[in-house]
Amino acid sequence: MLQGAEQPRAPVSWIGCSSEGLMDNIITNAGAWLLLAILALFGAALAADAGFAVHMGIMAIAALAASFLTMAKGDFNALPGRFAGPSALRSRYYDDVIRWGVIATVFWGVVGFLVGVVIALQLPFPALNLNNEFTTFGRLRPLHTSAVIFAFGGNALLATSFYVVQRTCRARLFAPKLANFVFWGYQLFIVLAATGYILGITEGKEYAEPEWYVDLWLTIVWVCYLAVFVGTIVKRSEPHIYVANWFYLSFIITIAMLHIVNNLSMPVSLLGSKSYAAFAGVQDALTQWWYGHNAVGFFLTAGFLGMMYYFVPKQAERPVYSYRLSIIHFWSLIFLYIWAGPHHLHYTALPDWAQTLGMVFSVMLWMPSWGGMINGLMTLNGAWDKIRTDPIIRMMVFALAFYGMATFEGPMMSIKSVNSLSHYTEWTIGHVHSGALGWNGMITFSAIYYMAPRLWGRERLYSLRMVNWHFWLATLGIVLYASSMWVAGITQGLMWREYGEDGYLVYAFAEVVSAVKPYYVIRMVGGLFYLTGSLVMAWNIYKTIKGDLRQEAPMTDAAFDPEADRPVVRAPAAGTPQPAPAE
Amino acid sequence: MNYSALRHFADSYGLVFMSVVFLVLVGWTFRRNAGKHHDQAAHSIFEEEDRSDG
Repeated sequence: MLQGAEQPRAPVSWIGCSSEGLMDNIITNAGAWLLLAILALFGAALAADAGFAVHMGIMAIAALAASFLTMAKGDFNALPGRFAGPSALRSRYYDDVIRWGVIATVFWGVVGFLVGVVIALQLPFPALNLNNEFTTFGRLRPLHTSAVIFAFGGNALLATSFYVVQRTCRARLFAPKLANFVFWGYQLFIVLAATGYILGITEGKEYAEPEWYVDLWLTIVWVCYLAVFVGTIVKRSEPHIYVANWFYLSFIITIAMLHIVNNLSMPVSLLGSKSYAAFAGVQDALTQWWYGHNAVGFFLTAGFLGMMYYFVPKQAERPVYSYRLSIIHFWSLIFLYIWAGPHHLHYTALPDWAQTLGMVFSVMLWMPSWGGMINGLMTLNGAWDKIRTDPIIRMMVFALAFYGMATFEGPMMSIKSVNSLSHYTEWTIGHVHSGALGWNGMITFSAIYYMAPRLWGRERLYSLRMVNWHFWLATLGIVLYASSMWVAGITQGLMWREYGEDGYLVYAFAEVVSAVKPYYVIRMVGGLFYLTGSLVMAWNIYKTIKGDLRQEAPMTDAAFDPEADRPVVRAPAAGTPQPAPAE
Repeated sequence: MNYSALRHFADSYGLVFMSVVFLVLVGWTFRRNAGKHHDQAAHSIFEEEDRSDG
């Protein structure tokens, strides 16, 4: 517990650094970070294994950087002035951390998609594993999943939640310095997790791979996140807490609970990276999928629904279709989602009743999900033309459509008889990606496009046409991805269960692998389209931040003829007397 | 508390408790006057805006 014991102290003193910049506080804080750096260096020197030593080295570097920046009065804007935003806009809300969050979201998105394309290439062309342990599929795959879910999605949630909570509560962010710590602490978590996967440090739990000391660090960061968010709600000047904040808060609280319970483990050594889970066997499996499915439910669904309930009405300039439905949506999601996890363990050692429970709750989840989708889509009621004229609205509608599709497909796949065909096949991968690329990706992109010009005080985005390009590249990518994985998955499922008349399986595993190879290539092409779209976004956001405006033809060029633009008036018949105009 | 007792509690009192809480929370949105509050809340995100709300 050398590091674990010291870590909480620094963040606490970090809050103590008041905005007046008292010299004493700065020195105390810088000293605390320096002490942490020295402790991390001791940890690295005395480490039981090489991976732990590398991680403690990273911690030491991060703590040194924090110490240095504290001495520079913790003013992160001092670094690249261009990203700081116009000073006139700084007073009302605390947006610096959100600006950093937008940049981090775009950066990690591109990295995560790139790694995804690489591992998609490794499946049809195994030589690309490069015959070395650090670049094998098994190590790069968690790098991809964590980069897109926790780095891209997580930064999007951090940035948008800070953006939405301030504006809907009409209050400046509570403890801005703590918010900075949350952001940079979260980036440190990402770097530790990512390097850990490459080095082979893993708990072997899907979406919860980081080892015990990284989990402890994330716990500290997450509790600070909760404090900032709740603190802002508490000091709000708007009496009602807007529904988007309900979704964000449920996401923060539930993820804290899931993270702590699923990562209960005993380290082998206090200076080593290996630990063993507190549970064993089927109990461990159920805990893991209780965690895993609720990470989908509360990280990738509730959090992103928070985005949806703010940014869709704002971009459409219309209030949400039914506020009552949004509250029913919220409570139904909360009460049902938490029970759905066992559907990941159909036909395993898990008791039958638990499997059935998971299945039934998954099927019931279809209703609130579609309630939410309808609520989002119907917000555009009376303004459907915006889908044609506004590419950001089009992205949002597309995201909601895929939210609906993925939340229909999911309950269907959780039915035991369907699951017996779909489980362990690429169909699952296709399902996850129609939700992740379609729903999470697209709603995040549209939120970034909404926020960027406002955060940097620009008149508009650099280019709306590039948003359109991004939309179509991403759409084409998703279509290729989902359809190829459906075909591959059902092919696998049918071939694996094919028995001959003699009672033996007809196909060897390798035959199934070669049968799906073409679909793997199609999937990779789909991913490449999606990655290209994200590069277009990165360029567009970079130019927007820089303050450039692309001179381009408007999105809609329906010809306007003032002569024709008048109501149809019946021409009076010739010869009839005209009534005298009223005086 | 052993497994059987916990299981029994979960599918009797626990289940009833959760269902009642859920129904009350959903029913609360149908109370009289709720519509007015919902309308206010839905419109609250559009009030007093700057062109750039940064």
